[in-house]
Amino acid sequence: MIQFLPVFVLLPFLGFLVSLLIPKHREVTLSNAAVAVVSLQLFSALIYVFFWLLGDAAMINVKEIVLYKTEGYEFFIDLFFDRVTAVYLLVGAILTLMITIYSRYYLHRETGYKRFFNTIMFFYLGYNIIIFSGNLETMFIGWEVLGLSSFLLIAFYRDRFLPVKNAVKVFSIYRIGDVGMLLAMWLSHHLWHENITFLKLNNAELVSHHLLEHSAFGVFIAVMFLLSAAVKSAQFPFSSWLPRAMEGPTPSSAIFYGALSVHIGVFLMIRTFPFWENQYVVRVLIVFMGLITAFIGFQTARVQSSIKAQIAYSSISQIGIIFIEVALGLEILALIHFAGNAFLRSYQLLVSPSVVTYLIREQFYNYVPPKAVAEDSWPKKIKHSIYIMSLKEWNLDSMMFNYMWKPTKKLGSLFQFLSRRSVFLYFIPVYIVGCLLWAYQSSVPVSVIKVLPLVFSLIGLVLVLKAFTERKSARLTWILVFLNHFWIALAVSFNEMFSLEENVIYLSGVVIAGLLGYLALSRLARIENGIRLDAFQGHIYEHPKIGFLFLMACLGLAGFPITTTFLGEDLIFSHIHGDQVWLAACVSLSLIVDGLALIRLYARIFLGPHVKTYHEKAHRSS
Amino acid sequence: MERSLLFDEEHLLHELKHYLPAQSPLKDFVHHNTLHAFQDLKFFDAINKASEIFGYKTSFSVSEYRERYANGDIKDEILCDVIGRLKGKDKIDFWKSKMLDEPFETVIDKRIGQLRENWKKHYRIDLDAQVHTNLFRLLNSYLDQGVAMWHFPVHSRGFLTAVRELERQSYVSLFKTDRARKMFLGGHVSMEELLKIVVGDERFYEAYIFDQQFAHPGWSGLVAIIEDNPKSLLVIKRITLKELIVLELLFEIDALDHQFSDIWAPLSSHLSQPVDLFKSSTKSAQAEVLRLWQEAMEWSFFDQVLLGMKSSVEVNNIESKSFQALFCIDDRICSLRRYIENLEPNCLTYGTPGHFGIEFYYQPDGGKFHTKVCPAPITPKFLIKEVGKKTKNKKDVHFSKSTHHYAFGWLISQTVGFWSALRLFLQIFRPSLSPATAYSFNHMDKFSELTIENEEGAALVDGLTVGFTVTEMSDRIEAVLRSIGLVDNFSPIVYAIGHGASSVNNTHYAGYDCGACSGRPGSVNARVFCFMANHKGVRAKLKERGIAIPDETQFVGGLHDTTRDEFSFYDENSLSVLNGASHARNVEMFADALDLNAKERSRRFMSVKTKGNATKIHEKVKLRSVSLFEPRPELNHATNSLCIVGRRGLTKNLFLDRRSFMNSYNYQIDPEGKYLLNILNAAAPVCGGINLEYYFSRVDNQKLGAGSKLPHNVMGLIAVANGIEGDLRPGLPYQMIEVHDPLRLMIIVEHKPDVVLDTIQRNPDTYNWFINEWVRLAVIDPDDKGIHVFADGAFNLYCPVTEVLRNEADLMSLLESSHENLPVLTLNN
Repeated sequence: MIQFLPVFVLLPFLGFLVSLLIPKHREVTLSNAAVAVVSLQLFSALIYVFFWLLGDAAMINVKEIVLYKTEGYEFFIDLFFDRVTAVYLLVGAILTLMITIYSRYYLHRETGYKRFFNTIMFFYLGYNIIIFSGNLETMFIGWEVLGLSSFLLIAFYRDRFLPVKNAVKVFSIYRIGDVGMLLAMWLSHHLWHENITFLKLNNAELVSHHLLEHSAFGVFIAVMFLLSAAVKSAQFPFSSWLPRAMEGPTPSSAIFYGALSVHIGVFLMIRTFPFWENQYVVRVLIVFMGLITAFIGFQTARVQSSIKAQIAYSSISQIGIIFIEVALGLEILALIHFAGNAFLRSYQLLVSPSVVTYLIREQFYNYVPPKAVAEDSWPKKIKHSIYIMSLKEWNLDSMMFNYMWKPTKKLGSLFQFLSRRSVFLYFIPVYIVGCLLWAYQSSVPVSVIKVLPLVFSLIGLVLVLKAFTERKSARLTWILVFLNHFWIALAVSFNEMFSLEENVIYLSGVVIAGLLGYLALSRLARIENGIRLDAFQGHIYEHPKIGFLFLMACLGLAGFPITTTFLGEDLIFSHIHGDQVWLAACVSLSLIVDGLALIRLYARIFLGPHVKTYHEKAHRSS
Repeated sequence: MERSLLFDEEHLLHELKHYLPAQSPLKDFVHHNTLHAFQDLKFFDAINKASEIFGYKTSFSVSEYRERYANGDIKDEILCDVIGRLKGKDKIDFWKSKMLDEPFETVIDKRIGQLRENWKKHYRIDLDAQVHTNLFRLLNSYLDQGVAMWHFPVHSRGFLTAVRELERQSYVSLFKTDRARKMFLGGHVSMEELLKIVVGDERFYEAYIFDQQFAHPGWSGLVAIIEDNPKSLLVIKRITLKELIVLELLFEIDALDHQFSDIWAPLSSHLSQPVDLFKSSTKSAQAEVLRLWQEAMEWSFFDQVLLGMKSSVEVNNIESKSFQALFCIDDRICSLRRYIENLEPNCLTYGTPGHFGIEFYYQPDGGKFHTKVCPAPITPKFLIKEVGKKTKNKKDVHFSKSTHHYAFGWLISQTVGFWSALRLFLQIFRPSLSPATAYSFNHMDKFSELTIENEEGAALVDGLTVGFTVTEMSDRIEAVLRSIGLVDNFSPIVYAIGHGASSVNNTHYAGYDCGACSGRPGSVNARVFCFMANHKGVRAKLKERGIAIPDETQFVGGLHDTTRDEFSFYDENSLSVLNGASHARNVEMFADALDLNAKERSRRFMSVKTKGNATKIHEKVKLRSVSLFEPRPELNHATNSLCIVGRRGLTKNLFLDRRSFMNSYNYQIDPEGKYLLNILNAAAPVCGGINLEYYFSRVDNQKLGAGSKLPHNVMGLIAVANGIEGDLRPGLPYQMIEVHDPLRLMIIVEHKPDVVLDTIQRNPDTYNWFINEWVRLAVIDPDDKGIHVFADGAFNLYCPVTEVLRNEADLMSLLESSHENLPVLTLNN
């Protein structure tokens, strides 16, 4: 049984690769490949689960590949299988199969047919990595893949304003979840002194033993899990991204936001349940969050007059209830509820265009004037207040803007004075000084050494904040993000054990991606006589290849699992001490903003309405 | 307050409405000219102007035309001929080299939006981003026809009154700041007052409002439509464009106050001269080149058609033995008539607008409302009710609101959820009719009764007379029969067959039904027409008026589903034994014709192979109408480009590839053009409207069309938008127009040119379509077969450039081998 486990990850990976290789105009081949891969996955899953159930139906854990190992640190890919995986595997395969078959006709002759199937396969890969992951590191790979594929699918209609704007918005909210994961991984290192597998989490004795010493760690990690899960599953207060993600073709919205992607948070909570099972504070917190989400989601759904938003919010409110079920330890109920909700919502989304025919007919024959609602008996003022709040989605969307986007922008604009020249002028010498300090740290007072990591990571943070708000120079933005990694590396180098080799692992990816991206930008700037950043440019219309290269470079620079930087990021965190909360905060904040700055840069340059007007262009508001 | 001299609010609102998209709510989707606002200009001046003001792309781009030229769709000899006619024979080389080789930097600049662009430039504020979401949400919630579970809580007379009441009685506000809120709650606020705050200088007001409303033309257009025609909604809502503007201005003030803490100068303080949106344009060389290209593309097709007409053979009014059949003029029927005539050479088919000349509202059994089933501009005085309906509408839990309830939803998602998976599985692998389908045969129950004849003294219903009197019936039957030239030689059976369409997951379903029936299936009309024509009293009256219908002749009504290619007939029981028997034979023949028709249609569907057994292909075609995943159940009016008004003989031997509306007309019984005028009064706006909507949705699918339908989201059951916060998207989705070639409609009339010239001048509205070249007009003189083309107020003789049309002996194998438009062919019949 064990040796078959990797198949379920390799098969989607293979499917993704194959879909990349098939030429654009070969619609039938493309969709056949996708359908074949997913059918095979479903078929193998059915057989696998059948024999697994016939056998002992025990949890399976396989340590697949060790990517990096030093003393006291091991980064390895680990796979895990139990009934939760089984349910997610089957529901995922069934839905993905049906949606791919559905889409092969639905997307017929759509520009971007290939892109669509690529992204679906990529998503499916990420989904399977997550549900089969046996440790946090492996899960994080899938987590990142899911985030990126979401971005790509929301921005599927990349020449329109709103899809791109919303894709960036959703991506930035996802980023909060990513950092939750990173911080959870960071403290886990310190709690377990190893990359703990989920299997070990099931060892109640082991867990309670470790938590006994570090109960604060325990709560923090659990809350980070909850944060990541809440983001991915659009729970309070992150709910407003889900309806805004419904910008792609309807089947993609159905599978992503109606069904699979949005239930991944639930998966994370079920998966880590043994870890926080005995932390009652956390369980109460989850129940509260679930209750609030269920209430707000339901109220918002009731006033929605657009069909997809209505389905999104009712799904959110059900997921709120699923969170409660998980917190109460009702795992089986939660799994049934997940499957049912996923099927129901994806079907409702798929048939949503028919709502016009159906409801108008219903109305034509069965019209009754608007029915009284429960609130009618309430004082008018309360009734209206609830109505307005629900209409405004309980301000959840503006909250995200006001408490996240705006402060970051404000901070960044403090450093408006930095230009490309001053960056080199100020920061290069300081960096050299920093390197010298590191080289001769034995002769520097300990008290100074102690604060240096924080100082340097703060400088790194300043750079990315500036990058995030830069409105003029694309290349400056790029360089700033690039340099940020060096500052982080330097900051962490002051902690013992961060060897040169590890520095190389971390920075080699950065250097390669940095160069590639810089070249792409220079080339584009040469062809287009400069690149503006003040509005969306939509250059992908004329330069799809440069766009693709640049996206790859962005991913590399953002620590996406395509270069060694991904591994390096994990290494960095393993070297931040458990008591260096501020350093951890700075570094993780850097990484959030760095991702934001990059995706913003990519979107601004390559996506959105094309600056040139010789072809059809949609109204901005459409 | 002092009235301003420069700013005339009423005038502005009137102008604005004129230019906004005029698409009705989805259930009443009717095709119309997208650029109707410019129709008082000549076509090419109009599209130029529209492009300059609003940034629309109004034709192919030069490179698209060049591509067409390279692959032979635009013919070189036609191109030269067109230049010769329009620019002079000596200029051919000059223009040709411009058209083919000169590089053109096609940049579409627009004047709209420039003024408000200054918010970003001078204030660094994105007003639209701050205002639109809330504004659209309020509009949608107020107008919602039944998506939301909790309906807009204030039911009062108007939009602003309702919103004000909501705001007044609430602890939370729709506004962020005080000033705007107080002004709003204070009651009457005038547009001018608000503009003074926001814009300042009144010279800018008009352009500002245009900019503001054209930042979301979808919503503004819909509001304007509902204001003028509140009955286009089932749940009636009062709203005016002015209210929308006032609220939007208030929201803008709110956003600006919030951003700049009440300290900001009106927009005009940064500007000197207002933009004149409508200033006359200079004609560029590029516009001229585009015009020549467009003409050349159109004539490359029309030239063949006119040659075909010229060489058509006279078909004598055969002593019809089997049956006569009346169909709609719809371009989709053209091929079906060909197959029917092939399979039954002794029949005659006719085309007439599918409401069969009878205008009324229809109320199905159990219906709480009545629905118009005649051309949209007509306001009928009659009501026909269905009684004794046998079937019941089925329900589907997936559309039920309780699935969204947290408690019921909890139960439902764990039970019905699994049923959904099964349903989805079945719908993907074995698509079948479901409650979600818009099914044409459901419009009227096959076995129900209709209240067609007026009973004396019957009470009015909603101000409408229930049924028609004998005289009213006779008038209508006579008019139809005379207009199509069917006044004698009646065969034992005369069919009148309306049409409708079936589709699922199709928000634009109404646009697929019969346009002459206001986007409804034509079954009721066909049946009513036949009832009247069979009525003894009517027959007697008709006889008095010179139309003698033999007693053995019986009219049979039917419905043709153009998506599924199926027929259904009504009141078959009343047929005599003899007619019953021949009807049974005809039904079998129709089945074969429908198979063949489905096969011909299938050549345009990439996913169906056209080679092979027609019946099997027909089954596949039928599946499209019930498949959730099929965005193109049928191609509707795509490729339409002709309307032929004349006897069937003109086109009987021609293959026109389903591109032609066909209105039967016999000039011999209408020497003065009395019936012709009626036909053209309808054909120009209806067929022209369809044609131009396809034209503009095709050339600018983003601004004038609805874009791809795949991401569409239903808003309040009245329109579609992208995502949840986008503006509404009027126009046709990409999937409807992709195979369409943007050619203006050509109407070809069989009559004497001078009679036609005299006829069209009798109605200025109709004449306008022709003189401004939004629809082309040609006449074929029945005496000498001369072709005369209308231009600049006169008919000019036209000699086709094409010398000979290809003759096709084996049409089917040609159809099997091509997805593309086919040339005009002559057929051997």
